[in-house]
Amino acid sequence: MQSQQVIEVENLTKMFGAFKAVDAITFNVKRGEIFGFLGANGAGKTTAMKMLIGISNPTSGKAKVAGFDVFTKAESIKKNIGYMSQKFALYDDLTVKENITFFGGIYGLTRAQIREKTTQMIADLALQEVAGQLVGSLPLGWKQKISFSVALLHSPKVVFLDEPTGGVDPITRRQFWEMIYKTANNGTTVFVTTHYMDEAEYCDRVSIMVDGKIEALDTPKKLKEQFGVKTMNDVFLKLARG
Amino acid sequence: MSITLTNISKSYGAKKAVEGISFDVAEGELFGLIGPDGAGKTTLFRILTTLLIADEGNAAVAGLDVIEDYKSIRNSVGYMPGKFSLYQDLTIEENLTFFATIFGTTIGENYELIKEVYVQIEPFKDRRAGKLSGGMKQKLALCCALIHKPKVLFLDEPTTGVDPVSRKEFWEMLKRLQKKGITILVSTPYMDEAALCDRIALIQDGKILEVDTPQEMVKHYPKALYNVRADNMYKLIKNLKDFKHQYSVFPFGEFVHYTDQRADFHTDELERYLQHNGLTNISIEPTLPTIEDTFMELAK
Repeated sequence: MQSQQVIEVENLTKMFGAFKAVDAITFNVKRGEIFGFLGANGAGKTTAMKMLIGISNPTSGKAKVAGFDVFTKAESIKKNIGYMSQKFALYDDLTVKENITFFGGIYGLTRAQIREKTTQMIADLALQEVAGQLVGSLPLGWKQKISFSVALLHSPKVVFLDEPTGGVDPITRRQFWEMIYKTANNGTTVFVTTHYMDEAEYCDRVSIMVDGKIEALDTPKKLKEQFGVKTMNDVFLKLARG
Repeated sequence: MSITLTNISKSYGAKKAVEGISFDVAEGELFGLIGPDGAGKTTLFRILTTLLIADEGNAAVAGLDVIEDYKSIRNSVGYMPGKFSLYQDLTIEENLTFFATIFGTTIGENYELIKEVYVQIEPFKDRRAGKLSGGMKQKLALCCALIHKPKVLFLDEPTTGVDPVSRKEFWEMLKRLQKKGITILVSTPYMDEAALCDRIALIQDGKILEVDTPQEMVKHYPKALYNVRADNMYKLIKNLKDFKHQYSVFPFGEFVHYTDQRADFHTDELERYLQHNGLTNISIEPTLPTIEDTFMELAK
């Protein structure tokens, strides 16, 4: 079913001068799927992701995200996806509530919708105590959970998470993944990068990029069988070390 | 002892960054400080490298007091901060020469020590540090921290945000530096790296949870631990959390790690419960705890 594909990528390529940062990658991601996008530093993950979220023009190939073409409808893509990065998440100098209101406004929610979403998010994440505090004063794990919820404010079809759990404590890291499961279970596609190989196991399917190309793409179970190893860490080491 | 901390506390305003921290690192030991962001790891590094004065307690590095002998400490330790702190406008070679000169030495004098790392970035020695990739910056920072042949090396989260392949290579390199007689204190948020240290301290919210060898630490895990698997991971976690006898439920790779409140727990009871809830392809097997299980149990 074509309409079930939320991300469709065919031979997508990005050149920087003579350097092929992303080299003809092809894959699809379904509605409600958790898709792990792995690769070594410098393999081209960030460049590929930037093209998918509509902030970098591909050199060649085809890609559709949430039904919109990355070449011609980049602005529509931005309105229909959620994005969360490890580096920039929320405004430290605004309170939790102010951040929600701000991002809700950016995403074009009405005041009534923002009020409703704020109440819901504060209840879901048990933030009652800290709703009026500056985000900068909260532990990283909390910030990341709030940031993820903010990326979902406008009910996007797909949410892109760029190393969402780096440096987060192990318990919060798992709570974060439970949020991911819940989101996917509600039908939102989750596209996630991580350096934690146990998290790669949580994904429905995983792709591994090496030098700009997707060298492996399957369920974690099948990838482990294919490479004859017991963990995703070993799959990764085998592939990326060559 | 190469490093000793006795009852070290430090607050920033009303916030206690570290509280009553005590541990020792032996000469030539590779010691890991394992804990998440905000646990207080960087504060300890800054106290030990004489960049910050503790509110309470004593600390010594290489037999020198961090307050009285701070100048001597600065000459005998190498410090690689978590945040890249070299000169972005200087080239690789200029940065390295700068640090060598500051410490009254030359690149040539201690080349043996940095050679293995430096050869990997040497082809780019005329490139400015600001233009390097993350992995190359990390290698340059390590060279700069080693160029004066320190007795003790402090590495604050050297592998954060680094992919598993580069992380593995980095740790292999640390092992080789250790063999050259350098004491190493390294911090990391990656629990799987704990197993590579001689001893580790688990730290959270400014307090030490436990100090031991990685092998001994997992033996102290108080519960029987099980790997649980079923076809629908989301539903499995939900059902396990709703099980009235559950003590802990944590997703762990392809499994969920489960412990029960009761000592006389039988897996068939849990299996029936999960079947009753409509889960399929259920498997429940005993498994051994990891450092991460131990950390979560202690941090609970």
